[in-house]
Amino acid sequence: MKTMKLLFAFVAILTLSAFTSVTTEPGYSVGDMATDFKLENIDGRMISLSDYSNAKGFIVVFTCNTCPYAVAYEDRINDLNKKYAQKGYPVIAIMPNNTDIKPGDNLEAMKVRAQEKGFTFPYLIDKNQEIFPQYGATKTPHVYVLQKTNKGNQVKYIGAIDDNYQDASAVNTKYVENAVDALLQGKDIKEPHTKAIGCSIKI
Amino acid sequence: MKKILVFIALLGIFSCQNNKSKEPIAENNIVEKQPYALEVHNFDGIQPYLTSSDDKTYVVNFWATWCAPCVKELPYFEQLGTNFKDKNVEVILISLDFPNQYESKLIPFIEKNQLQSKVVALNDPDSNSWIPKVSDTWTGALPATLIFNAKDRKFFEKSFDYSELESELQHFIN
Repeated sequence: MKTMKLLFAFVAILTLSAFTSVTTEPGYSVGDMATDFKLENIDGRMISLSDYSNAKGFIVVFTCNTCPYAVAYEDRINDLNKKYAQKGYPVIAIMPNNTDIKPGDNLEAMKVRAQEKGFTFPYLIDKNQEIFPQYGATKTPHVYVLQKTNKGNQVKYIGAIDDNYQDASAVNTKYVENAVDALLQGKDIKEPHTKAIGCSIKI
Repeated sequence: MKKILVFIALLGIFSCQNNKSKEPIAENNIVEKQPYALEVHNFDGIQPYLTSSDDKTYVVNFWATWCAPCVKELPYFEQLGTNFKDKNVEVILISLDFPNQYESKLIPFIEKNQLQSKVVALNDPDSNSWIPKVSDTWTGALPATLIFNAKDRKFFEKSFDYSELESELQHFIN
């Protein structure tokens, strides 16, 4: 009987913790090694980080067509790639949404948007929605700056692109640029983790 | 009879509190429509809405008209506000719509759906500076909800259905 009671208490605690576990943040922290992937690009090719033998690292951006915050950042994401791909940090964009819920984010729509905006970076679809949970992305846009090391691609920065989604000309701090610049110069990243409003990833 | 009177009185209170922007009911419809006065704040201005100053329990929902899961759950917050009005509960809807869409999207949405809860717009683009002040656990995704009173405070970065929302609220008022 006592064991029964204990068991009962255990189950009760488990159940309670399941409901109160709103604080857990799964996914990567700065310093973790990021998984590679093989995801379909808008041009039909399968893309992996390991394809980029000359890269020093990556600016991985979870983004989409349909979120106004993501749209507000399209040109800035393009600019990041133009500036940093040649320096060894290309942008890799990944669309994480369930396209049954957001048809405006399906591969066809992604192709159209990429063409309209002249994306210079791969725009991949996380079709099975397996990659974004490993990274811990919760919203679009959500950026992970990775640095290539002997052990793999290490997470160096997580968060926002800059501090003003509304107006690129009113930005005071360019978080991602500062992070990549620091990596290129072998310095510490001052703000390795920032937060920004975004659209929840649709699952 | 008493009950009916109370009911009418309550109805009166509700309509006065919430329908400022709507036309008063006039049979000949000559009353001009008042423009909706949207309250807009930066985060400092929003903070009083996130701080308990009385014995009420507050349910604060962060949303936007372009956020589909937010719009989907909005009726539940409305329903909650109505059902628990007598239990000292207030629902506040903090919109993160972009300022250039206040007139074209947000205000028409409020009016069309006749939102009963108080709607406040938050315009503060440096969200990294204020997201942690709402909750340490908020990654920044919408929708998000804060329930609090003088004793307790809980934050949710998720979508709700009505029964879930009500059961979370029950923890605060029981």
